[in-house]
Amino acid sequence: MSELLQFLFSGLTVGAVYALVALGFTIIYNASDVVNFAQGEFVMLGGMLTVFAYAAGLPLILAAIVAIIVTAAVGVALNKLAIEPARGAPVVSLIIITIGASIFLRGVAQVLFGKQIHRFPSFSGDTPFRIGGATILPQSLWVIAGGLAVFYALYLFFTKTLTGKAVLATSNNRLAAQLVGINTNWVMTLSFALSAGIGALAGVLVTPITNTSYDVGIALALKGFAAAMLGGMGNPKGALVGGILLGIIEAMTAGYLSSQYKDAAAFVVILLVLFIMPQGLFGAKQTERV
Amino acid sequence: MSALLSVENLGITFGGLRAVHDVSFSVKPGEILSVIGPNGAGKTTLFNMISGVYQPGSGKVVLEGQDVTGMRPDLLAHRGMSRTFQNLQIFQNMTVLENAIAGFHLTESGNLFADLLRLPGSRGRARTAHQGAMRLLERVGLEASAETNAGSLSYGKLKRLEIARALALSPKVLLLDEPAAGCNAVETEEIDQMIAEVAKSGVAILLVEHDMKMVMRISNHIVVLDHGEKIAEGDPATVSRDPAVIAAYLGTEAAEDADA
Repeated sequence: MSELLQFLFSGLTVGAVYALVALGFTIIYNASDVVNFAQGEFVMLGGMLTVFAYAAGLPLILAAIVAIIVTAAVGVALNKLAIEPARGAPVVSLIIITIGASIFLRGVAQVLFGKQIHRFPSFSGDTPFRIGGATILPQSLWVIAGGLAVFYALYLFFTKTLTGKAVLATSNNRLAAQLVGINTNWVMTLSFALSAGIGALAGVLVTPITNTSYDVGIALALKGFAAAMLGGMGNPKGALVGGILLGIIEAMTAGYLSSQYKDAAAFVVILLVLFIMPQGLFGAKQTERV
Repeated sequence: MSALLSVENLGITFGGLRAVHDVSFSVKPGEILSVIGPNGAGKTTLFNMISGVYQPGSGKVVLEGQDVTGMRPDLLAHRGMSRTFQNLQIFQNMTVLENAIAGFHLTESGNLFADLLRLPGSRGRARTAHQGAMRLLERVGLEASAETNAGSLSYGKLKRLEIARALALSPKVLLLDEPAAGCNAVETEEIDQMIAEVAKSGVAILLVEHDMKMVMRISNHIVVLDHGEKIAEGDPATVSRDPAVIAAYLGTEAAEDADA
């Protein structure tokens, strides 16, 4: 029993990170139909920039804020320099551009930050809590709380604010959104900033547990993508549920099967989703009007 | 009264094709100006240039004395230009009501934090938009479908929904691209009356329409395009007798018959 609880805790922690990555995918996908494969690099940048800002003498919280802001700026630059000039290109081309951007960011990170593993201390110590015979790190609670908080903030943003509704309108029909006076270029910029910022936050929260290096982004992007697909691409609720489910599936696979198969879990999930329910758990059924 | 919107020597080419060449006209507040011409004459292209969807190759678009040539559609919306599309630009995943409410985006523009905290001002604006949208839906006869998903509406109803959304912007100039296409005779009559009412309230209306009866009935002024060029303009009676217009629609022989 305590074993199951232990796996559940670790699943929830990783799951919350996947959910944050998946939420990042969701925002950009909603605004532009593009799956941004540089999302994992945003997570890497968040952790990495915090490491260096902290090492430079900033207090941890300030270092984290700086990292999130700089990463959001990188997201905006990605949109302005690589996505916007290719406006009108097929979505597949735009997705390939994001893959290129991901390789580019990884390369720059390797040069700037080196190849070694970096870390910074946990926010509130490393003394684990004991619950029902299992343990959970205080930092895990930070990760889980961060995931839930971002989800709730996004929920409010998209349902209650005019700006959020403008993002949804742009995703639904860009031209119609322009006709009612929505500045769709600004919506795109905002989406990339938000998405990159959320990715960076995930990096800030998880780095004390997992450490970081220039290439952690690839695996996170793939897992986050699997989570978003499982939940239904484009749906914030799907991203949250998909992320946490995937985290738990992974932890259970590692615990009860073999930790060697841990990473396979995500790919089995992608395949099953694509074969059985391509729209995911919460995705809208696609209907094309002819 | 001076012109609200004027188009001066507007032109565009696609590859080697001169889709629209040297077209000029102007509309006053409260006037209904129709652009007619055979299929492929360049009517929709002309609309796309005026409304900022295409960048004109040459010429100017002047709105209230200011050059707005090639300005983005969202900025034109701020300046009071609104339009509908021949092939519809509807938010398919939203309900009919939400589509109409989207039209109030500019007037609803509030503050992000006021929205999040649900301050009274923000809620008041949302309520005003909601009521305004319902009134417009009643006006176009869609109040019963308010909660229906827009994607499941018939073509004729979507046309009317698009008009409602365009009106929500309280435009000064309204461009309607085939508003009566796909509508039956009764619906066409209703749209007719609606356009006349809107014009009476002081809005300048630009209309592209294939239903000649409707065009002749409601237009103050007609511009005829053929192969991208203006071949005639004037009031409905003058235009319908113009040999060049008859030739463009029916061929030169018919024009000679009409002369005879």
